[in-house]
Amino acid sequence: MSQFLQQVVSGLASGGIYGSLALALVLIYRSTGVVNFAQGEMATFSTYVAWTLMDHGLGFWPAFVATLAIAFAGGVAIERTIIRPVENAPVLVVVILTIGLLILINGATTWIWGGAAKQFHGPFSTRPISIGGVAFSIQDFGVIGVSVVAVALLALFFRFTKVGLALRAAALNPGSSRLVGIRVGWMLALGWGLAAVLGAIAGTMAAPSLFLDPNMMQTVLLYAFAAAVLGGLESPIGAVVAGLALGVMLNLLGTYWDFVGGQLRLPAALAVLLGVLLLRPQGLFGRMTVRRV
Amino acid sequence: MSLLELQGVEARYGQVKALHGVSLAVSEGEIAAVLGANGAGKTTTLRAISGTVRRAGEIVFSGHRLDRLGPEAVARLGVAHVPEGRGTFMELTVWENLRLGAYIRRNGSFKADTERIFKLFPRLAERREQQAGTLSGGEQQMLALGRALMMRPRLLLLDEPSLGLAPLVVREIFRILGELNEQDGLTVLVVEQNASIALAAAHRAFVLETGRVVVEGESAELREHPTVRKSYLGY
Repeated sequence: MSQFLQQVVSGLASGGIYGSLALALVLIYRSTGVVNFAQGEMATFSTYVAWTLMDHGLGFWPAFVATLAIAFAGGVAIERTIIRPVENAPVLVVVILTIGLLILINGATTWIWGGAAKQFHGPFSTRPISIGGVAFSIQDFGVIGVSVVAVALLALFFRFTKVGLALRAAALNPGSSRLVGIRVGWMLALGWGLAAVLGAIAGTMAAPSLFLDPNMMQTVLLYAFAAAVLGGLESPIGAVVAGLALGVMLNLLGTYWDFVGGQLRLPAALAVLLGVLLLRPQGLFGRMTVRRV
Repeated sequence: MSLLELQGVEARYGQVKALHGVSLAVSEGEIAAVLGANGAGKTTTLRAISGTVRRAGEIVFSGHRLDRLGPEAVARLGVAHVPEGRGTFMELTVWENLRLGAYIRRNGSFKADTERIFKLFPRLAERREQQAGTLSGGEQQMLALGRALMMRPRLLLLDEPSLGLAPLVVREIFRILGELNEQDGLTVLVVEQNASIALAAAHRAFVLETGRVVVEGESAELREHPTVRKSYLGY
């Protein structure tokens, strides 16, 4: 029982990271219809920025806040300079562009910081803490807490602020949004900025347990894709819930099913994805769009 | 003095030219109607003004040239356009739709304005937390009008408010338009296929045929005009 609880908590911690990155994917997908393949590399780059700041003597939390600000500016800048010129191009063109961006950012990261893995000290102690006789990792609770706070703040922003409402409106109905004076182009850029911030959070939370190297987020991005698609791609809540569920499920599968173990987690995740999509093509939280022809 | 003036406005969708030099003027404080058959260019005329179609020619609104501006900028000058199909944010609530109408406004109280809209359209007040997509056609038209009024526009562009609505609802909507025009001096340019109801509400009207204004004048005059009577009023 105690092993089960430990695995659930540590699954929730990885799930929070998958969920945050999945939410970043959903944010961009909802407003532009494009899956951003560079999301993972953007997150890795941001994490390196945090590492550099800490290397220069900043504490974790000041470095974290500064990194989020830099990530936001970077996300906005990428949208304005690289995505904007192809705004009206077919979706495939934009998708290819984000793949190019993935390679470009990965190359830049390796060029600036080198390919060797770096140790990244997180803010949370790795000591175990005992609750009711079961030993949990403090770090897992910390990661869960940060993910929950980030997602909750974002939800409040979208639900209760004027800009949040305008962001939703611009994603749902760009034509009418322009007619009420919303600058839709800037809303897209803002969406990219917020997605980059979520990525930076996922990256800095993942780095302490993964080691920081230029390909750190690539596997995480695959899990995040799985979570986003499971959640229905259009649904922010779906992405977060599916991310958490995926984290827990993979942990339990790896622990209790020797065949899966530590090595076959990724295939297991993709098998789950395939299974869900066969039964519910619109994802768990997605809506089926019925078109009359 | 005219609030809005179009001079030789042309517009096209790809290769197809929809407007071949439309010229018309709307004075401050009047209701003007654009009449015409399907495909005459009524909707495109409104789109040319609000900047939702590529256009050439001269469009002047209260001293500002609109013909080079995009829809966001035109809206910010005080032109509210209720487009074809009403442009409702279906997934958002009634209240959120109204809130978006007030997006560009910095002055004035949002709350007082929503109260005013709810007074004009009590049905919307009952449904304020409801998703806009679940409203009936008539309620959606009221919401579209409400959203536009939240902008406190100097000019309201209305595209076929009667489309698909029961006669009683249509009459109610035009009654409210007349009231807003008389009490607040709201200037309206309305496109209508239903010529008799449009001529009853409007002070002046323009008849479009294949992308040009072919007849214009006071509503009373047009009601007696032989071609208008024959082609649009049916007697």
